[in-house]
Amino acid sequence: MSAIPAELLHIIIGLVAVAASVGLIGLVMVWVERKVAGHIQRRPGPFEVGPSGVLQPLCDALKLVGKQLFMPTGADPILFWLAPVLAFLPVLLLFLPLPVGDGLQALDVNLGLLLILAFSGLAVLSVLLAGWASNNKYGLLGAARAVAQSVAYEIPLLLSVLAVAFVAGSLDLAQVVKGQGTWPWNWNIMTQPLAFLIYFVSALGETNRAPFDLPEAESELTAGFHTEYSGMGFGLFFLAEYANMVVVCSVATALFLGGWQGPVLPGPVWFVLKVSALMLLMVFARWTYPRVRFDQLLVINWKWLLPLAVANLLLTAFFVKLTQLS
Amino acid sequence: MIKEALTTMSDLWSLMVGLRVTKTYFLDPQVTVRYPWKAVSNIGSFKGHLELVSAKTPGKAKCISCGMCALACPSNCLTVVKRKAPKPTPEEEQALAEAKAKGEKPKDKTPKDPEKFLYDYTLCSLCGTCMENCPVGALSFTGSAYLAGYSRNDFHFDLVQVLKNQAGLEGVDQSAAPEAGQSEA
Repeated sequence: MSAIPAELLHIIIGLVAVAASVGLIGLVMVWVERKVAGHIQRRPGPFEVGPSGVLQPLCDALKLVGKQLFMPTGADPILFWLAPVLAFLPVLLLFLPLPVGDGLQALDVNLGLLLILAFSGLAVLSVLLAGWASNNKYGLLGAARAVAQSVAYEIPLLLSVLAVAFVAGSLDLAQVVKGQGTWPWNWNIMTQPLAFLIYFVSALGETNRAPFDLPEAESELTAGFHTEYSGMGFGLFFLAEYANMVVVCSVATALFLGGWQGPVLPGPVWFVLKVSALMLLMVFARWTYPRVRFDQLLVINWKWLLPLAVANLLLTAFFVKLTQLS
Repeated sequence: MIKEALTTMSDLWSLMVGLRVTKTYFLDPQVTVRYPWKAVSNIGSFKGHLELVSAKTPGKAKCISCGMCALACPSNCLTVVKRKAPKPTPEEEQALAEAKAKGEKPKDKTPKDPEKFLYDYTLCSLCGTCMENCPVGALSFTGSAYLAGYSRNDFHFDLVQVLKNQAGLEGVDQSAAPEAGQSEA
């Protein structure tokens, strides 16, 4: 056993834990989303399989696994099957630098934030490949929309994250969390409320969640980029979407909501609670707001989020410099 | 400029209002019922297929075979078959001849209730015009919400037969589909 370096062991355990939790989160989130949607529309949601229908997503997953994988004629076989894998694999990597508790990190790197932001960009590529390789007009339209949207929304996202990084003076998520206090008024959201708002809206856009779910807008493009995917091809996109939601919510928790810091309860519990609250907010947003039009989507980004994010960043930089001088 | 900023603020506030509305609905009690196990409380108000109203003697229709319903029906789904006069017995024939000799108009002894009342539910639009035009109120809608069949002919009823069956099976579940579907196709 001594032949295996401790660091490798750490990463392997982390990877297994992440892979297991991604699957579990996917199942739980599907259930939560359907249940919340049901209650918002004053119906029960799934309730047949297991108590309150908790086993429903498991049945759905089994169904997806058992389905035949189809590929449309004229599709590019390599790209077509590469896309769902490419959508899912980076997600595992995104989970590694997330600080769930004090020292509870799969991969302790001092550029964790950068790692997450860099690899989350791969999601756009997978969507583009999926839409392009499908040889389907809806797929292509969805892909084109996804690229325009994700590229646009990445900029205010980065700028708002940068503002927090200026304040914390670090790109290490664990360091950022340690820089915040136990109580809500010690959290970064108190000093950077605008950045949090911009981050959250951009995150909705980045993860293609409603009201910004234009790449898959089912009432316009049937299912957008994943129209042609059946079985687990679709399942992987689905899983990746929920996993991406968890990642953006976890990053928001670490950056703005004090991460694992909180009174009485142990750290990881607080982290999970905060992430769940943000996820619930995302689900609520989906069932509250109608989908925006594509021009509206870009107007929100280029005319509002981007200037606000730049102004916020400049102000932050100014005040950070001021405090350093004094 | 200031006005624009104010509108933006109120627009943003409307987003919060929207979330509050969603929250209210989220916490409100559900309005759906788990159907196969539990039916809605007002299922009796369901407007199902037509049925004949029973006269005082059970199994006998109130209908007088006037045919107004069939005439009024916009989808021609009703056919009323009148009873033929029963063949008079020799005594009756004699009485008839006597009455004729006296110059009296003979009284028609034919029972008025229909022999058959054919109803094609596949054509019926449940408009209720037949009921409105019935002079004796002999038609009504059933509350039966569970009518189902395997073929078109399952929905061709002879309502007289249905009524008779119902009278025979008094006390049995009313919502059960009438099984007297008379095939005429």
